[in-house]
Amino acid sequence: MEYFVQQLVNGLTLGSIYGMIAIGYTMVYGIIGMINFAHGDIFMLGGFAALIVFLILTTFMAGIPVVLALLLMMIVGMLTAALWNWTIERVAYRPLRGSFRLAPLITAIGMSIVLSNFIQVTQGPRNKPIPPLVSSVYDIFGIAVSLKQIIIVVITAFLLSVFWYIVNRTPLGRAQRATEQDRKMAALLGVDVDRTISVTFIMGAALAAVAGTMYLMYYGVVVFTDGFAPGVKAFTAAVLGGIGSLPGAVLGGLLIGLIESLWSAYFTIDYKDVATFSILAIVLIFKPSGILGRPEVEKV
Amino acid sequence: MANVASTTASAGSELTARALREAVFAGLISLGLFILFVGLETTQNIRNELVLNQRWGLLATFVVIAMVGRFLMVAYVQPRLAQRKAAKAAAPDVVKEEGFFSRNFSAIAIVALILYPPVVLALTGVQGSLKWVDNFGIQILIYVMLAWGLNIVVGLAGLLDLGYVAFYAVGAYSYALLSSYFGLSFWVLLPVAGLLAACWGVVLGFPVLRLRGDYLAIVTLAFGEIIRLVLINWTEVTKGTFGVSGIAKATLFGIKFDATKTGFAALFGLPMSSAYYKIFLFYLILGLALLTAFVTIRLRRMPIGRAWEALREDEIACRSLGINTVTTKLTAFATGAMFGGFAGSFFAVRQGFVSPESFVFLESAVILAIVVLGGMGSLTGIAIAAAVMIGGTEILRELAFLKLVFGPNFTPELYRMLIFGLAMVVVMVWKPRGFVGSREPTAFLHKRKAVSGSFTKEGHG
Repeated sequence: MEYFVQQLVNGLTLGSIYGMIAIGYTMVYGIIGMINFAHGDIFMLGGFAALIVFLILTTFMAGIPVVLALLLMMIVGMLTAALWNWTIERVAYRPLRGSFRLAPLITAIGMSIVLSNFIQVTQGPRNKPIPPLVSSVYDIFGIAVSLKQIIIVVITAFLLSVFWYIVNRTPLGRAQRATEQDRKMAALLGVDVDRTISVTFIMGAALAAVAGTMYLMYYGVVVFTDGFAPGVKAFTAAVLGGIGSLPGAVLGGLLIGLIESLWSAYFTIDYKDVATFSILAIVLIFKPSGILGRPEVEKV
Repeated sequence: MANVASTTASAGSELTARALREAVFAGLISLGLFILFVGLETTQNIRNELVLNQRWGLLATFVVIAMVGRFLMVAYVQPRLAQRKAAKAAAPDVVKEEGFFSRNFSAIAIVALILYPPVVLALTGVQGSLKWVDNFGIQILIYVMLAWGLNIVVGLAGLLDLGYVAFYAVGAYSYALLSSYFGLSFWVLLPVAGLLAACWGVVLGFPVLRLRGDYLAIVTLAFGEIIRLVLINWTEVTKGTFGVSGIAKATLFGIKFDATKTGFAALFGLPMSSAYYKIFLFYLILGLALLTAFVTIRLRRMPIGRAWEALREDEIACRSLGINTVTTKLTAFATGAMFGGFAGSFFAVRQGFVSPESFVFLESAVILAIVVLGGMGSLTGIAIAAAVMIGGTEILRELAFLKLVFGPNFTPELYRMLIFGLAMVVVMVWKPRGFVGSREPTAFLHKRKAVSGSFTKEGHG
C-alpha cells in the first residue's frame, strides 16, 4: 500500500510537469487549431535558460539563497521562452494563418528541428548535469516525499489557478475565448485577434519554461533532445484530456504521469511509453474527443 | 535616397526612418533571443563540472546580422516586392503557352534518371560514381518513394499520418528478420514485406476510423512510437538497439554481386567493384518508385481513388452519397503502408543493417514535410521537393571547403539538420501551396476549373 501511494506521489509530480506543458498545446490548439510541434522544444529551451541562469548565479553570485535562485531561473526562463515563442509565431505561423491546415504544422515541425539543433550547435550535444538544488526529503506516514516534489506540485497548482483566473475572469481571457469561438466575429467586435494569439503563445511558452525549470530541478540534467519525449507525452495528455480544454490538459497530464509511474512500478519499465500510447488509443476509440473535450458538432 | 523605391524624397526618408526603427527593434529581439544561448556556452571542465564560456563577439555578430537583415528587408526588399506585385496585378492575364520542356517534364525526368548511372560512371569512373549514385541517387529516390506512398494517405485521402515511418520499419524488419532466420531471398520477401506492412496499415486503420484531423495525427504518431519501442525492447527477436546486421544482398535473376566466379563482375568480365551493386540498387529503387507513381496515377482514375479524393474534400458528403468510408479509409492506409513496406525492405537490402535508430519520428516528419512542400497530391512536386530537401542536406555533407573559411574546427555536418529545419520553414512560408501549387480534382462536373488551394476551405486541406 505504501509502495502504491509512493508511486502515486511520483506520478503526480511527473504529471504536473506534463500538465504544464500540455496547457500550452491545448491553448494554442484551441485558439488557432494547430498542433504547435515546437512547443516541446520551447520547454527544453526553458530548461536550458534555467540551466544557464543557474550557472551564472553560481559563478558570479555564489551563496545566493536557493529560493531566490529558483525564482530567478524560472523568471528568466519564462521571459526567454516567451520571447522565442512570440518570435516563432510572428515568423513562422502568422504568415500561414488562413492557409491550409497542414502548412503551419509543417513549419512547426521545422521550427522544432531548428530549436533542438540550435541548442545542439550552440550548447553542445552532451548531457548537462547540475548539482541538486534542493535535497530535503520528508517522511509523511511512511511515504518519502521530497521537497522537490512538493515545490513542483505547489507551483503547478498555483500557476494553474492563475491561468484559470486569467482565462475565465479577465478581459484578456474573454478575448481569447472569443477568438477561439469565432475569429472573424471577434475581430468585428473589436478584439485585436493578432495580439490575442500572440499573448496565447507567450502564456503557453511561459508555462512550458516553468515546466522546463522544474524538470531541470527534478532530474538535475537537461540535454538538447529533451524536447521530444516530454513534448509528445504532453501533447498526448492534451489530446487525452480533450484538446482545447484547460482542465482537460491538466487531467490528461496527471493521468499520463500516473500511468507511467504505476506501469514502471508494477510491470516492465521498458514498455511504459507503449502503455501510455496504447491507453491513449483505447480512450480515443471510446471517446473520440478526449475525456473532457466537447464532441465536435459538424454543420453541413 | 534616390535608390529607395519611392516617388518622393520625403517618402523615401520616411521609409529609411521606419527601416531604422525596425532594425533597432529586430536587434533588441535577437539580443533577447540569443543572449543566453549564444552569448554563453555551457561546457564541462576537467572535473566534469559545468562552467560558462563567454562568447560576446559571436552574440554581437548575430545581433548585427539581424539588424542589417531587417533594415535591408524593410528598406529595399519589401518595396521591391510590393512594386512587383502591383505591376503583376496591373498587367493583363496572359495565358502562357507551356513549353516543350514543361509539357513533357515527367518523361524527360524519367529518361534522365535512367541515363543517370551510366553518365556518372562515364564522368567519374567506377569508384568515383559510388558517392553520386548512392548518396544522391538512391538516397533521394528512397524518399521520393516514401513520400509518394504517404501521398496516397495524406494527399489523396486527406488522412494526416504522422507515423508513416512505422510501415517503413515493418518492411525493413520483415525483410531483415525473415531473410536472416529463414534464408528467404529478397524477391520473395519484397511482396511479403509489402503485404505485412499493409496488414499493419489495416491494424492501425481500424481504431482510428472514427477519429478525425488532429486526433488521427496523434494516434498515428503514437503508433509509430509503439512500433519503434517494441523494436527496441523485444530483444529476443529484433536484437534491440544493436539492430540486425549481415542482411543478405539482393540478386539479379540469381546473379550475385560478389567477388566469386559466378558473381556479376566476373560474369560480365568487369573489374570487381561495389559500384555495380549500387547501380543495380539504383535501378531497383527507381523501378519501385515508378511503380508507386504508376499505381497512384491509375488508382486516381478508379472508383477507389475517386472515393479517396471525395473523402478528402468532404467526409459527410461522401457518406451521404453512399461511399463506404470504412473501406475507403482502410484501403488508403493499406495501400500507403504497402509502399512504405516495399521501401523499407529496399532500405534493409541497401544498408545490410537495420536498427530502431533509423525509424524515429523525425523520419516521419521529413517524409510528411516532403509531401506538403511538394504540393499535396502532385507527384512531380513531391519528387522535386524530395530532390531539393534530401539532395540539399546531402550536399551539406560535401561542404568541406567551408573549413578553410571558418577554421578547422568547423563541422558543416552539425548544421545539416538546423539548415534542413530552416529550409522547411522558409519554403513553407514562401510557397504555402508547395512547389507545384495547384491541386486539380480528377472528376469534373461541367467545365474544367482549376481548384487552387485558396479555394479549398480551411480545415479540409
